[in-house]
Amino acid sequence: MFQTSLSLNDVMFLLQGAGVTLLITFWAMLGGTILGIIFGVFRATTPWWATAPLAFVLDIFRSVPLLIQLVLVNAFQAIAGLNISAFVVSCIVLALYTSAYCSELVRGGIAAVPVTTRRAARSLGMTWWQDMTQIVYPIALRIMLPSWIGLTLGVMKDTALVSWLGIIELLRSSQIIVTRIQEPLFVLTVAGLIYFIISFPISRLGARLERKWREND
Amino acid sequence: MIEIENVHKSFGDLKVLDNVSLTVKKGEVVSIIGGSGSGKSTLLMCINGLEPIQSGSIRVDGIEVHAKGTDINKLRTKIGIVFQQWNAFPHLTVLENVTLAPRKVLKKSKAEADAIGRKQLEHVGLGDKLDVYPSKLSGGQQQRMAIARALAMEPQYMLFDEVTSALDPQLVGEVLDTMRLLAKEGMTMILVTHEMAFAREVSDRVAFFKSGKMHEIGTPEQIFGNPQRPETAQFLASVL
Ligand SMILES: Nc1ncnc2c1ncn2[C@@H]1O[C@H](COP(=O)(O)OP(=O)(O)OP(=O)(O)O)[C@@H](O)[C@H]1O
Ligand SMILES: [Mg+2]
Repeated sequence: MFQTSLSLNDVMFLLQGAGVTLLITFWAMLGGTILGIIFGVFRATTPWWATAPLAFVLDIFRSVPLLIQLVLVNAFQAIAGLNISAFVVSCIVLALYTSAYCSELVRGGIAAVPVTTRRAARSLGMTWWQDMTQIVYPIALRIMLPSWIGLTLGVMKDTALVSWLGIIELLRSSQIIVTRIQEPLFVLTVAGLIYFIISFPISRLGARLERKWREND
Repeated sequence: MIEIENVHKSFGDLKVLDNVSLTVKKGEVVSIIGGSGSGKSTLLMCINGLEPIQSGSIRVDGIEVHAKGTDINKLRTKIGIVFQQWNAFPHLTVLENVTLAPRKVLKKSKAEADAIGRKQLEHVGLGDKLDVYPSKLSGGQQQRMAIARALAMEPQYMLFDEVTSALDPQLVGEVLDTMRLLAKEGMTMILVTHEMAFAREVSDRVAFFKSGKMHEIGTPEQIFGNPQRPETAQFLASVL
């Protein structure tokens, strides 16, 4: 019969790690999405030369490996004596990293709304703002949602890297237990299962919204 | 009244409207005919300020469309426009498509806007499609919905830009019927069209455009029966 030394306490420890993973993912997606919308709308509605500096900075966030960003930002804030906790540093770096990807999604979503549809809205006397909120936003949202869900799941997996700053999230907590009870396959299976259980409702929700919207197209 | 005076418009180096003048009085139906690229669509977009002009003036009920201080959004509520490309708002039902602008722009209550929407959709023969999404409509129905959407703002003027040219032949009739009805009700209209028989039937005057210039304007009898300019005769010979 199958025997394991994984105790209830260890499972609680894993769940705690999962909580940290979720929390960092939540803050990263919240901050990253808000910033991503602001940056994306700015880039979609302003001439390229005015947005070039921002585009350049966002490109850095996208092209430098996340691990390097985490370690460097954490080191610099320590040198500068800012005294920010590793958790907050992680959330900020991940949010900026997410915003770089999200701004591309937003920009693409806005660009995908046909000019003719927007012209029809303006011809009815709608203001620029009404066009953006009533027409562009709902249509772009439908276009962007699948990629945004994908981004969320990706960021959740990327949060594993914050263990380098000493944060005990899901992957790190499973490693700690593996080191102690020496059952890597079983513990990692449990950890993988927890990742899946977190991701599953998010992707289901996305699929459901997509299906509901597709019925109208 | 729509007063267009000496309007010049270019896209970069390309001259699209070249000294165009045209006055459309209340209740009048004016058709614009001409070949592809002659500036017909551009003229309609200049009339409600969707495109800027380089010189000249356009006044609607005495208000300068392109003057700095003009409240263009308010002015646009007086001018309905229906385009060649179908441009339903895909995320809204047919009724919501029609009531959105009355609610957001004219600040009507939902009940009030719904009543107007229903009335206009019945008017164009879509009274049974209120809760359907536009993707479920045929091209002809989408164009009639676009007409109802414009009419729901209770405009003084309607501009139509080749609204039947993207439709299957069997759907053209139903859209023309709707426009015919509007003309009969006394709506002031400018219609860009390739349907020469229809232009002849409903128009008070017909204008012929070529390369951004208005070459000739006159009664349908004159333009179709006895055109004064060789360009007009040539164009008509090529399309009739
Ligand atoms: N946004 C634009 N930028 C640059 N050129 C444009 C633009 N819109 C139209 N043009 C050009 O202006 C000219 C007039 O275009 P317009 O659409 O007004 O013609 P039209 O008479 O409506 O033709 P059609 O019968 O094909 O619809 C064309 O040469 C067209 O290529
Ligand atoms: Mg045209």
